[in-house]
Amino acid sequence: MSEQKNSPAQGMAGVASRFMKDDNDKFSPLATLTVIILVVGTILTILRFTQGLGAVTNLSDTHPWGMWIGFDLMCGVALAAGGYTTSAACYLFGMKKYHSAVRPAILTAFLGYAVVVVSLLYDVGRPDRLILAYPFIVQQGTTSLLFEVGLCVLLYLTVLFLEFTPIPLEWLGLRKARNIAVKLTLVLTIFGVVLSTLHQSSLGALFLIAPSKLHPLWYSPYLAVFFFVSSIAAGLSMVIFEGTLSHKALHHRMGKEYLEEHPPLVLGYAKAAALVLFGYFMVKVVGITADNNWHLLPTPYGIWFLVELLGFVALPCLLFAVGSRNNDVGLIKFSAVWTIIGIVLNRLNISMIAFNYHLPLEERYVPSWMEIALSIFMVTCLILVFRFIVTRMPVFDEHPDFRETHE
Amino acid sequence: MSISRRKFLGWMGAAGLATSFGGDRAQAASTKEFTGHPGSFGVLHDITRCVGCRSCEEACNTVNSLPRSAKPYTDESVLNKKRRLNSKEYTVVNKSVQKGSPLFLKIQCNHCLEPACASVCFVDAFEKLPNGAVVYDASVCVGCRYCMMACPFEVPTYEYDDPYTPEVVKCTLCAPRLEKGQLPGCVESCPTESLIFGKRDDLLKVARARIEKYPERYVDHIYGEHEMGGTNWLYLSGVPFKDIGMREDLGNMPAPALTSGALHVVPMVVSLWPVFLAGMYGMAKRRNKIAAEEKEKAVAIAVEQAESKAAETLSQAMEKAKKEKENILRRMERTRKKAAEKGLAKSSETKSEEGA
Repeated sequence: MSEQKNSPAQGMAGVASRFMKDDNDKFSPLATLTVIILVVGTILTILRFTQGLGAVTNLSDTHPWGMWIGFDLMCGVALAAGGYTTSAACYLFGMKKYHSAVRPAILTAFLGYAVVVVSLLYDVGRPDRLILAYPFIVQQGTTSLLFEVGLCVLLYLTVLFLEFTPIPLEWLGLRKARNIAVKLTLVLTIFGVVLSTLHQSSLGALFLIAPSKLHPLWYSPYLAVFFFVSSIAAGLSMVIFEGTLSHKALHHRMGKEYLEEHPPLVLGYAKAAALVLFGYFMVKVVGITADNNWHLLPTPYGIWFLVELLGFVALPCLLFAVGSRNNDVGLIKFSAVWTIIGIVLNRLNISMIAFNYHLPLEERYVPSWMEIALSIFMVTCLILVFRFIVTRMPVFDEHPDFRETHE
Repeated sequence: MSISRRKFLGWMGAAGLATSFGGDRAQAASTKEFTGHPGSFGVLHDITRCVGCRSCEEACNTVNSLPRSAKPYTDESVLNKKRRLNSKEYTVVNKSVQKGSPLFLKIQCNHCLEPACASVCFVDAFEKLPNGAVVYDASVCVGCRYCMMACPFEVPTYEYDDPYTPEVVKCTLCAPRLEKGQLPGCVESCPTESLIFGKRDDLLKVARARIEKYPERYVDHIYGEHEMGGTNWLYLSGVPFKDIGMREDLGNMPAPALTSGALHVVPMVVSLWPVFLAGMYGMAKRRNKIAAEEKEKAVAIAVEQAESKAAETLSQAMEKAKKEKENILRRMERTRKKAAEKGLAKSSETKSEEGA
């Protein structure tokens, strides 16, 4: 609580040292690892922007999309879904008990999307033109689902930024601006859900154009639905998982409201996740049936598909249900992590593993270590910024000056 | 958290309109069929006539001023390894041995009637020209490479090694030469007329005539007539196309049709989702309000009941107390009277005793 009274200036001064050191002001192994990741990431960034994509990636003419699309974009967006699910639950569906979870979820989503956009700047050949918003300003390719994804991500990033603004405004003590920002909550939430529905689903729809390249078990006319429904499960699981992580590292920063509301939230989210995963399982089965792809199941790809469907959709669905029935928080947390792995697996399957399935193994794409290192670099930066913000600004607790003023 | 409903609906309406105005080609009515620009040109590649001399490759390299390859074009050892299109070659010839004899297949952009690359490009960098060529405008390209993901023929390639101004690279059907009335470089250089240039409609007729005249020489299939909605580059072969590495499982649906459904849903989501969400919000709010009101009512009733009960108890108690008081008073009176009588009697007795 004492840290909260730090002025922004003081906070800024301590940034560098705080980023590098743990709470005991000593270099822990984790801090050392962080420094290594940051240094390697910086070097690779310079390499990427001076030597080109060819120098750091294994991308090829056959595999134009790799790790940065498959993981950073596809998984990043899905795992940032906690923002819209939580704010919708709290502000639209009347579950006010989840109020204290909204801010961490919004912050995670905002940073997640920021990472997505930064990753895209690494991935596209002409990042200068992406910054100048060529697709929206110079010429609009409106028949492209990528146009829709881009527009929605851009707008949603703005929405998330506006939803996030009360946090720094409270920190800075700008009461008037903060009150205006808070007044926008409802309309921003609705916009956020609309935009999320669109781009979460359209990320799946991106692959509709390539039925000849994506394995039929993963290709489906329902791809958009799959991506949207699974993003809800991902969002719910991420809120549970992230709450657990934050609890370990940031317990001292958590306000009474957050600490009281967290256990029932975990339970409620587990129930919701069980339901959503059940729905997701059903639509996946409908997908196989609609294309009559049952005969593909007893093939190597089919077995891999079953691993994903049974092991990472049906199983966590069951575990969530059992966990919420028995009030077993440990099981719920495990299921959340399992679900997250499953969603990541699904996105990697669609964008990389089951993509170009028809090609011989030697022509297939495997990310270079540099691509993986830069993805890790992105995630690390996200965690550091998250940590910087939550240890200073009123995210997990309420600002003493603004207590009870929220709706 | 309050916001004027009118303002809100206004914003949503604007967003919905903006999205629904966006669509053109891919969202065209589904009964319409695009069969290519009338009179558009194409090339017929008769695989049975190709001798694998690679003249086309060399001509392509020259007319398009592409980087010269290290090996001379007369070096036939290049053909021993299967090659793919790349950012330095618009076209390559591949050899495959079928029943002991070599067959040569030239690959390049097929110039689809409704190109996947054009439909997925979010800066609209690709254009299907009325002359049949699918051309690319590097001056707007952001380098997302979605065109490469989308192309069923794996045609567009990328200059991954250029750090600052990489471009997508693909065959242009020599669109600049067509404008000047010249033939595409490859066609012009072909010594065996394995490549012939002409109007697509005419080429289809030529191809059909050849199949009819030499049914033993050709398979009864003009590749590109219907594949992915049809292409301006057409192929004739003596062996099934899949045997020489051409995909026959692409289907006949033009690429934009694959995504039109998903695009159609967008304006619906933009229009109806806010209504649904606002409805959920309204219901949740009303539910809370009703719950609060019911609570208030219940409390009021409970208080009232408690109060009246208390009042009743009080009045009963008062009554009882009054009665008791009266009883006590009466009893006291009686006692007093008795005592007085007793006293009176006693005093008269004493008096009489005293008197006695």
